[in-house]
Amino acid sequence: MVPLNWYLTLAAALFCIGLYGVLSRRNAVAILMGVELMMNAVIINLVAFWRYLQPTNINGQVFAVIVFAVAAAEASVGLALIISIYRRRNSVIADEMNLMKW
Amino acid sequence: MPIETLIWLIPVPPLLSFFLIWLFANRNKALSHTIAIVLMAISWIISLYVFLTAITTEHFGAEVFGHSVPWLPTGDGALNMGVMVDPLTAGMLFFVPLTCLLIFIYSVGYHNFGGRLDPHDVHSTGSPAHNGVEPMYSRFFAFLSLFAFGMLLLVVADNLLMMFVGWEIMGLCSYLLIGFWHGRNYDDPKKITPRQAAVKAFMTTRVGDVFMMLGIVYLYFHTGTLSFREILYNEDVLHHLAETPSYIVGLSVAAMVGLLLFAGTVGKSAQFPLHVWLPDAMEGPTPVSAMIHAATMVSAGVYAMVRMFPLMSAGWHHGEALTPPMMAMGFIGAFTALFASTIAVAQRDVKKVLAYSTISQLGYMIAALGIGAYIAAAFHLITHAFFKALLFLGSGSVIHGVEHGVHHTHEHIDPQDMFNMGALRKKMPITFWTFLIGGFALSGFPFVTAGFWSKDEILADAFVANQLVFWVLVISAFLTAFYTMRQIALTFLGEPRTHSAEHAQETAWTMTTPLVILSFFAIFAGFVGVPEHFPALGELFHNLNVNRFHEFIGGTLIEHPEAVEFNVFPLLASIVVGVGGLTLGWLVYGWKPLKAGQPDPLAKPLGPIYTLLENKYYFDELYDFIFVRPARWISEVLVYQVMDKNIIDGFLHGVARVAVAIGIFFKGAEKVIINDPPDRLADFTQWLGRSFRVIQTGRIQSYLLIVMLVAVAFGGVYYLMLSGLVK
Amino acid sequence: MSISQILFLIVGAVTLISAVLVVTMRNLVHAALCLIATLFSIAVLFVLLDAGFMAAVQVVLYIGAIAILIIFAVMLTRRVMADGSEQTNSQWPLGLAIAAAALASVAALLNAPVWPALPSVDTSLSISALGKALASPDGYVVPFQIASVLLTVALVGAIAVAGEKK
Repeated sequence: MVPLNWYLTLAAALFCIGLYGVLSRRNAVAILMGVELMMNAVIINLVAFWRYLQPTNINGQVFAVIVFAVAAAEASVGLALIISIYRRRNSVIADEMNLMKW
Repeated sequence: MPIETLIWLIPVPPLLSFFLIWLFANRNKALSHTIAIVLMAISWIISLYVFLTAITTEHFGAEVFGHSVPWLPTGDGALNMGVMVDPLTAGMLFFVPLTCLLIFIYSVGYHNFGGRLDPHDVHSTGSPAHNGVEPMYSRFFAFLSLFAFGMLLLVVADNLLMMFVGWEIMGLCSYLLIGFWHGRNYDDPKKITPRQAAVKAFMTTRVGDVFMMLGIVYLYFHTGTLSFREILYNEDVLHHLAETPSYIVGLSVAAMVGLLLFAGTVGKSAQFPLHVWLPDAMEGPTPVSAMIHAATMVSAGVYAMVRMFPLMSAGWHHGEALTPPMMAMGFIGAFTALFASTIAVAQRDVKKVLAYSTISQLGYMIAALGIGAYIAAAFHLITHAFFKALLFLGSGSVIHGVEHGVHHTHEHIDPQDMFNMGALRKKMPITFWTFLIGGFALSGFPFVTAGFWSKDEILADAFVANQLVFWVLVISAFLTAFYTMRQIALTFLGEPRTHSAEHAQETAWTMTTPLVILSFFAIFAGFVGVPEHFPALGELFHNLNVNRFHEFIGGTLIEHPEAVEFNVFPLLASIVVGVGGLTLGWLVYGWKPLKAGQPDPLAKPLGPIYTLLENKYYFDELYDFIFVRPARWISEVLVYQVMDKNIIDGFLHGVARVAVAIGIFFKGAEKVIINDPPDRLADFTQWLGRSFRVIQTGRIQSYLLIVMLVAVAFGGVYYLMLSGLVK
Repeated sequence: MSISQILFLIVGAVTLISAVLVVTMRNLVHAALCLIATLFSIAVLFVLLDAGFMAAVQVVLYIGAIAILIIFAVMLTRRVMADGSEQTNSQWPLGLAIAAAALASVAALLNAPVWPALPSVDTSLSISALGKALASPDGYVVPFQIASVLLTVALVGAIAVAGEKK
């Protein structure tokens, strides 16, 4: 049997890898990939908790489905913003997006 | 779909149509009226289905359709929102959506749909179109839909609160629609403009509404619920309310609540002394007048009273002394009926006559309720709705036709003045015949019109209950027949008195079709209520199983009211005044038709009384003198001149001078004591800001880094606490 | 060590290694392909967790839609960032430290409590239960509908934002 904290640790590791990507990548698309990894870590947690703690109650999966929907929304809007910025400023580098800076 | 769900759905389509037109369709006229009419038709079909289900249900009344949901949780329990259909509601559902739908269709023609948009009209926003289509066409349908929503909400409501919500929505819509032509101005400064009429209607009904709200609150205070089922169909609650004394000595709580609620109806249904708004509401477009006067607003007032009848009559049994609210209803209703019908005799405006006739007929219903004739009142409410909608739409059609003539001849006359009409019978045959049917129904022409049966029933009840009320109603019935004939004769018979009348034209099919449908009901709606003991006809209709109205609506009450014994005297009185009034009207106005410029033949024999009637007993002037002028005087002279200018301004000026002196003194001290320390503080803040500016990189990633740093720090602390290292 | 544990370790290793590649690869197209590998192995993890429906959704939605979207975005914007140029910003060592510290603290927290063992429950009906929960008025139909509306709005917004202005 796989203990629950193996899954949780895996999810934590995935989350931290994603976090590193978000913190250190220059390309905005790459940052978004990091965010996707973090989102997946969360979903793994939800499903794992459902399976181990409340397998008869479907709520955990319902929650995960809704997180899927939110992730899809986030990805589409995020990429649309990146494309739009790229069109106007010819750049996808996060540091260069500084129009609103003081 | 369960019937309860369908009832919930009845008011929804008009609301939907309001939002759809407002948000999406307001640039497209055809789309706007299509949305409004289709959705209203859906609402009508649902209502019809509910109605048909209701009349085919056995013992309907003891069992009702209802459903409610908790809406606003209170300390103990909740205010519920719910719908209910009992026999009375079913009766309302039969005519309200139908008349609304017909009025909607009529409005298409009334606003000249299909005509070209006059460029002149676009710039003079808020005035009626000179020629061609109405510029604010979509807005009109949006408001009408909202109006219909308010009425349907009120009808299906199962509690006073929801009913009051619908009631107030209608108040708002009446304001918006009466003032629909808000840009219209008249040369005659005494003539009320739509703007003023809207404000007047809103303010006057508001007086009643405040009382009504007090009544609702008072009722809630004593019963802890506002649900009709729990109050009106619960003998214990009613008994308790009738026994408990209120703060006003001599009145029970039931009587007090009844009187307060009745005050609301006095405002909404334009009973004396709050009747003044209704004639001026004629400033709105004619479909609006029909909507207010027949299908919705004023009916709502009477409906509320019919609905609350068990409370009004709490502690009363047939043949006993009347309760105070019933007494008030009986006398105010009867007085209004007579009073308004006398005014109607001397009006020149085709719509004003109908307006006063509405007030008078509503007085009939209220009086009927006051003497305990519950079913007769409900019956007259329904038949009146049909023939009054018919008459209003007919008068709108007449005005429209004459306006056509005015455009044709470029005459400068008032197209609403009956003395400028005449002989329209030949020009507008459909309008003439339908108007004739409506007029005869209003005057109670015996046996074939709906108005006869309902009016006869009220008179029969009144004859048994109260002789005074009976005679007052008989006289006003006579006057009603008289002024109806006067109106028909002046408008349709004789010779044309102006060139415009000569060039009048029959209106479009969208306007005449509703007239024809409504005239069908103005004739046949009466047969459902033919008394069973009526000679010959009662038997006939009973065998046909048509006259079930009595039994059906009676099921609403716990104690099924007995039909009064048939008595030939009120019947004869009813026939005599109906036919007599019409005959006299014809003798005065129809036999020798008026020539152009000839004054009203009544003016001479009646003399000063005619002037009094023509000026509506000077009620507007009286109210202006008692309420409006003092209020204006208080605000302009007392408050503004005396208090504002002298007392308050003087005081303020004195304060200001002292303040300036003090200010100069402190200016010196201020520099040292007050000015310098904050400057130092500001310098410090600036330094702080400059130092911390470094971390505000404006880069999302470095912010996130800091956030995570803190999160990890917290995680560390939490771990230490968990493992017991830090307590 | 049981078979399921071995299987988990293999899949977990694939997940983590490909995730690390996602955030370190210079070539973003390769990074995106690694992302697909990660997402796929996560789908396998869902299967191990008896969540077949979630695995299917993972493949269809994440790999089929989101990852493809990302690849398109990479290719559309590729011109400006040559693969040879610097792919990490100046704070990357700090970011690495924070990520490591976060992992350490979470891992430490995870090992503190005693977790329940895997309950042996028949989960074969979970898909129909999930469907009912998402569609019944007593369940989550409202949140589900709201999420759908959110997604629709987001897509419309995305088109509006990224669409070519006339």
